[in-house]
Amino acid sequence: MPDTHNASAYNYAYLDEQTKRMIRRAILKAVAVPGYQVPFGGREMPLPYGWGTGGIQVTAAIIGRDDTLKVIDQGADDTTNAVSIRRFFARVADVDTTTRTEEATIIQTRHRVPETPLEEGQIIVFQVPIPEPLRMLEPRETETRTLHALSEYGVMQVSLYESIARHGRISKAYNYPVLVNGRYMMSPSPIPKFDNPKLDRNPALQLYGAGREKRIYAVPPYTPVKSLDFDDHPFEIEKWEQCCAFCGSKSSFLDEMIVDDDGQRLFVCSDTDYCQERQEEQRQAANQEAAK
Amino acid sequence: MLPMIRVSGLHKSFVMHAQGDLALPVLANVALSVHPGECLALVGPSGAGKSTLLRSLYGNYRPQSGSIQVRHREDWVELVAAEPRVVLDVRRHTMGFVSQFLRVIPRVGAVDVVAEPMVRLGASLEEARRKAEFLLGLLGIPERLWQLPPATFSGGEQQRVNIARSLIADYPILLLDEPTASLDQANRDGVIDLIRQRRDSGTAIVGIFHDTAVRDAIATRTHNVALPSASPGATA
Amino acid sequence: MSGPLLSARNVTKRFGSRVACRGVSFDLWPGEVLGVVGESGSGKTTLLNCLAGRMTPDDGSVTYETASAGVVDVHRLSEARRRLLARTEWGFVNQDAREGLRMGVSAGANIGERLMAIGARHYGNIRQTASDWLERVEIEADRLDDRPATYSGGMRQRLQIARNLVSEPRLVFMDEPTGGLDVSVQARLLDLLRGLVDRFHLSAVLVTHDLGVARLLTHRLMVMQGGEVVEEGLTDQVLDDPQHAYTQMLVASILPV
Repeated sequence: MPDTHNASAYNYAYLDEQTKRMIRRAILKAVAVPGYQVPFGGREMPLPYGWGTGGIQVTAAIIGRDDTLKVIDQGADDTTNAVSIRRFFARVADVDTTTRTEEATIIQTRHRVPETPLEEGQIIVFQVPIPEPLRMLEPRETETRTLHALSEYGVMQVSLYESIARHGRISKAYNYPVLVNGRYMMSPSPIPKFDNPKLDRNPALQLYGAGREKRIYAVPPYTPVKSLDFDDHPFEIEKWEQCCAFCGSKSSFLDEMIVDDDGQRLFVCSDTDYCQERQEEQRQAANQEAAK
Repeated sequence: MLPMIRVSGLHKSFVMHAQGDLALPVLANVALSVHPGECLALVGPSGAGKSTLLRSLYGNYRPQSGSIQVRHREDWVELVAAEPRVVLDVRRHTMGFVSQFLRVIPRVGAVDVVAEPMVRLGASLEEARRKAEFLLGLLGIPERLWQLPPATFSGGEQQRVNIARSLIADYPILLLDEPTASLDQANRDGVIDLIRQRRDSGTAIVGIFHDTAVRDAIATRTHNVALPSASPGATA
Repeated sequence: MSGPLLSARNVTKRFGSRVACRGVSFDLWPGEVLGVVGESGSGKTTLLNCLAGRMTPDDGSVTYETASAGVVDVHRLSEARRRLLARTEWGFVNQDAREGLRMGVSAGANIGERLMAIGARHYGNIRQTASDWLERVEIEADRLDDRPATYSGGMRQRLQIARNLVSEPRLVFMDEPTGGLDVSVQARLLDLLRGLVDRFHLSAVLVTHDLGVARLLTHRLMVMQGGEVVEEGLTDQVLDDPQHAYTQMLVASILPV
């Protein structure tokens, strides 16, 4: 409840109630038309554009005291930005926070989808820099709106063709365009294409917030999300020869780290929570073995 | 037997707007008919309107009034004030025109220039080219010229390409405007033979032959063309 | 097909108080190439844009007989249908090829776009079709992956033509397709257009100020002056026996070579 005696106090979750209503209305519209970019009256937030203001506004509009919030940045809970945003909400929304994917009700993320499968009832909030998937091909907003309205997505197929012509394969590795519910083309935000299949028919609600561009879009649970491709160049995710140096995973997205001046490299899970959980399981299994 | 061409009441003037709308009447009340197997020679003094009449028959010039009817696809077609596609259909299937001057299309070799009317009628390119080569040979165009665009040919060579082009499609009607004007004696005789063969096989021909010997060799009848009023210097 | 392919009735377009074109009516039949000639300011380009649905006339109508959906009023169509028509049954060749091409993607992508826009999803097939068309417009096959920015003006124009013809349109609008090109390049392009019109039984409306282009490419001609059609008819007849004062002046103005 707002503290009416102290004029400089913040409303719950930082945004005033009318703003939250406005954002929730936008979210409802977005959920009603999966993949369609809904304009919203983005507010000035206490951090600049490019640092997650869209995602923060979406989270602020939906979060409640009973929620448990997880915030990740490139898969990690412990980067500066993830820590800052998590602490921000802990303070202004008085919520529990967690690094465990299974325990979160809301997951705000920059540029990754957690490895641990999401469940019904969870909400994942994506931070989006450029919501318009066609922006690089068609700079005019008036034209891209028309293209979406008329379902004229040939230009994106052209850009994929061009990629194959130049590189022998579709070289787009992140922010890989998808078709949502067979209708709207969407930018899944700069997640690696590795994560695209996770979006397809996900039991959780996906919300996407772009602060600078002031757009919100959504993919309701169990909605088909298909990555674009050609019949003879089908969509493929990244694969590594290596496995995670810490937990041995062969099926998660790996970051490559240079560890010394000789160029030694390590491959490590990008999803820190997933990696730690696997390490914990392996430790416990090892302990049980030792105890026998 | 039905005529192939029926002309009646044909009037044509040229109005020179740049010269104060000066009107030059050239054809007045012209009437004639041409039957299959006939070669009608248009005769008259220079500038009398022979070429104007011939071009009007082809739809190239526009008469002010009157009727030009042509037997096309077993029916009569009126050409005066006809829709362009009607005239084009008549030209494609029924009527050929040979002038002294070959309008040169860049890059198209002589064989293809000749073959084109036949291809337009649906023949295959190979078949049309073969017939074109045959005709060019008949008309004495050396083989080394066949693939070349006629732009650099001599006047006589261009005229023979023109003639071959008009003969390839077996038109029931041929209009000839001085078909031998640029030819030497030997080539002239060859062309005369070809035209006579066509005439004898049923083609209806209307022609202007400046050379009386040529005219006598081909024409079966003559038609006098004279200006409506004898004004010196008038052009047809 | 029973009726004309394209019909214009009383097409009129104003810009403020200035009338750009007035009362233009004609029927275009399948297989016909209609030339519209006139000098700058004659209204011919405005007319072309009205016919092609790019501008809406203030008066009059333009109807088109579609391949499978009967006759439609071009300006009453939804924008979606009009854009679809423009991408499939119609072509539009701009005077400046850059306006009709994507300069930043390869020739193959440019030609393949119409196919991809209507759902083609096999890269190999699209590429092969694009390659075939490149050959038809006489561009070397090894330029397929080059961008039009690296092409000469004549090549760009030929590429624009290929990009339009790949969807096998029935009607092509052309705005001065040879304008601004060198004479020898023009000749080659004109010959190519002639061949393509014949081979693919195209119908076309061709705007040009060049009577030589009109003579070579068109079956019929409309002469425009000050927004109005002053003369029309068979091309060779309009050029050889011009009736109207303006047409006579135009024909007499051609410089001899």
